[in-house]
Amino acid sequence: MAVPTGVSEQDWAAALEGFSAVVGSEWVFTEEEHTSLYHDVYSIYQGEPEDPVVPAAVAPYTAEEVQQCVRIANQYKIPIYPISTGKNLGYGGSAPVYSGSLVLDLKRMDRILNVDVEKATVLVEPGVTFYDIVDHFERNNIPLTLDMPDPAWGSLIGNALERGMGHTYSQHGRDRWSGHCGMEVVLPTGDMIRTGPGASGSDVLWQDQKYGIGPDVHGIFTQSNYGVITKMGFWIRPAHEGFRHARVHVPRFDDIHKLVALDTRLHNMEICNGMSVMASPLYGSFGPMLFMPPVTDPEHLALLEVRNGERPDPGPLAAYGERNRLAFWWLELKFHGPNSVTQAQWDYAKDLFSREIPGCWFEEYEPLEFPLSEEVKANLNTYGHVEMVNIGIPSLHRFAMSMRNQFNPEPGVGHFWFAPMIPKTGEQILLAQEVLQKNCERLGIPLLAPYYSMMPLMWYPRAGIFLAGWNVHADPERNRRTREQYVELSQICADHGWTEYRAPAPLHDQIMRMSNGFNDHALLRFHETLKDAIDPNGILSAGRYGIWPQHLREEGQG
Amino acid sequence: MRTVRFITWLSVLLALALTASAQDTAEETALERGKAVYDEWCIICHGENDPASGGGTAALEFLYQGALPAKLEDRSDMTPELITELVRRGRFGMPNFRLTEISEQQLDDMIAYLRRDSGDVGDANDSGD
Repeated sequence: MAVPTGVSEQDWAAALEGFSAVVGSEWVFTEEEHTSLYHDVYSIYQGEPEDPVVPAAVAPYTAEEVQQCVRIANQYKIPIYPISTGKNLGYGGSAPVYSGSLVLDLKRMDRILNVDVEKATVLVEPGVTFYDIVDHFERNNIPLTLDMPDPAWGSLIGNALERGMGHTYSQHGRDRWSGHCGMEVVLPTGDMIRTGPGASGSDVLWQDQKYGIGPDVHGIFTQSNYGVITKMGFWIRPAHEGFRHARVHVPRFDDIHKLVALDTRLHNMEICNGMSVMASPLYGSFGPMLFMPPVTDPEHLALLEVRNGERPDPGPLAAYGERNRLAFWWLELKFHGPNSVTQAQWDYAKDLFSREIPGCWFEEYEPLEFPLSEEVKANLNTYGHVEMVNIGIPSLHRFAMSMRNQFNPEPGVGHFWFAPMIPKTGEQILLAQEVLQKNCERLGIPLLAPYYSMMPLMWYPRAGIFLAGWNVHADPERNRRTREQYVELSQICADHGWTEYRAPAPLHDQIMRMSNGFNDHALLRFHETLKDAIDPNGILSAGRYGIWPQHLREEGQG
Repeated sequence: MRTVRFITWLSVLLALALTASAQDTAEETALERGKAVYDEWCIICHGENDPASGGGTAALEFLYQGALPAKLEDRSDMTPELITELVRRGRFGMPNFRLTEISEQQLDDMIAYLRRDSGDVGDANDSGD
């Protein structure tokens, strides 16, 4: 039987007895055939000595059991690593950062504790998935909806703590963390706190108001360095009444600047409340999520050839676009709300674009009315129709993109994400395309398509993310090269101010250091000060996002 | 004496019938439980090749090119070892599933369900109690 790193066999035996007494021996896993299930199947260290090992896992059923387990771990100084549903695929999955940590598996805690229909709030445990909550709403005829992430099988709480994103509303929607309201947290000492007005001991305001008296501590619990979240509230939405989407096409290369600026303006005015999407038909943007097939016309293809990493000349492309009624760029706007209201919002947007960008034209789609007809439902996620994630319907449609298909005929054993964040301006988008294209070529990074055809995902109101999935392979040498490419490209982006949105667990140290260089990594030192104060024995999530407890700091950062 | 022998035979036949019926019921229950596990965890990728799917059926369709059924429920050739390996280890982007997600009994039930047409019901009679 494996023993957690740094723990004596005697202490380990006593701790196991304690865990079994708390959760029942059937929920304490120590056999290799069971603990190996916590291995990250997408690990970028497949088969290498650095691949984290899990000596044991414990699966509590209640917050009180979590408290007792954490107390035992703290007593015997056992490194623990909590997971919600373990579906943080591409970022570490259910495996710890620090090899030899015991996994605290919270999947069994899957209760939806409260739903307030009038105020549109929910209170859930960590094991509740997006599928679970939508299923609960449907079975109980509850007229509420919430934003969906790409794959809906993950945890609401886990997704929020990881600052995951969805695809619907700007406010309390696709930025999952922005929608949290009220937490219950077990601290590394085993003490339990409730945040916001819930700290009073009453729950009457707990999901209604984020702030109580005193400093707002919520943010320090993201990314799981300082506590185990056992309950969390969320602000969600009344059920959809209508959905409208439409595209603004612009003819010239330079129109990108106005196009992006006006999109930001419309979001800041809250006239546009859905997630915008951009593409360049002339630069050959394609993909199932854009509902655009690849370019096949030989004349067009010849104009798209990238030489020495340089951007294909926009002049001949614009001329080709004029002859073929193809836009240089398009922007898809999305509006959530009653159709009578969104009609007025869209009319305003059309007036604005017509005034500011001469020659632009519009492509409108039939707005959706809810509840959806069977015919509309049958067409969702198909070319020319709406994606389920855009209207809060759980699916794995986007996850399917990483499976074997015509665009990915030889899939890896997993994938992870390269995802630099960039400011939302035309100038920065164009610069990022060039920097990424040239450096991918220089580093030999394979691309499905040139970066000139790719656009950032506009998850945030004022920033974009150039998201790209990279395959993980069974060959260690190939993975080693991939890791080097990822770190080097991330550093190049960080040097431009484009830091990563999240990162695969084994590379947290490098990403943390390159993302927080200001004043000799003062922010990391502050995180470490907090770590030492809140987690004096350094038992919780050691190394997560580069934050190590004192006794492992030198070793971890080395 | 003849009456006693008749009653004895009747008892044996009745007992056999009851045993067979109990086995049938246990087997049916295991298959139902197995289908429920499959529906909860697998069908979102390995059900119909529809636009909401996680792409398992589409990926197998692409891989097999018609040589094997792409929907796992249409196959009868998968061994318990293969199913266990796929569920516990994952493959090509499909993640694995832990005991807190699919228990050993649930996996046995699902194996029984996926092998219901194989002519070998394996441990399907295990009630799981």
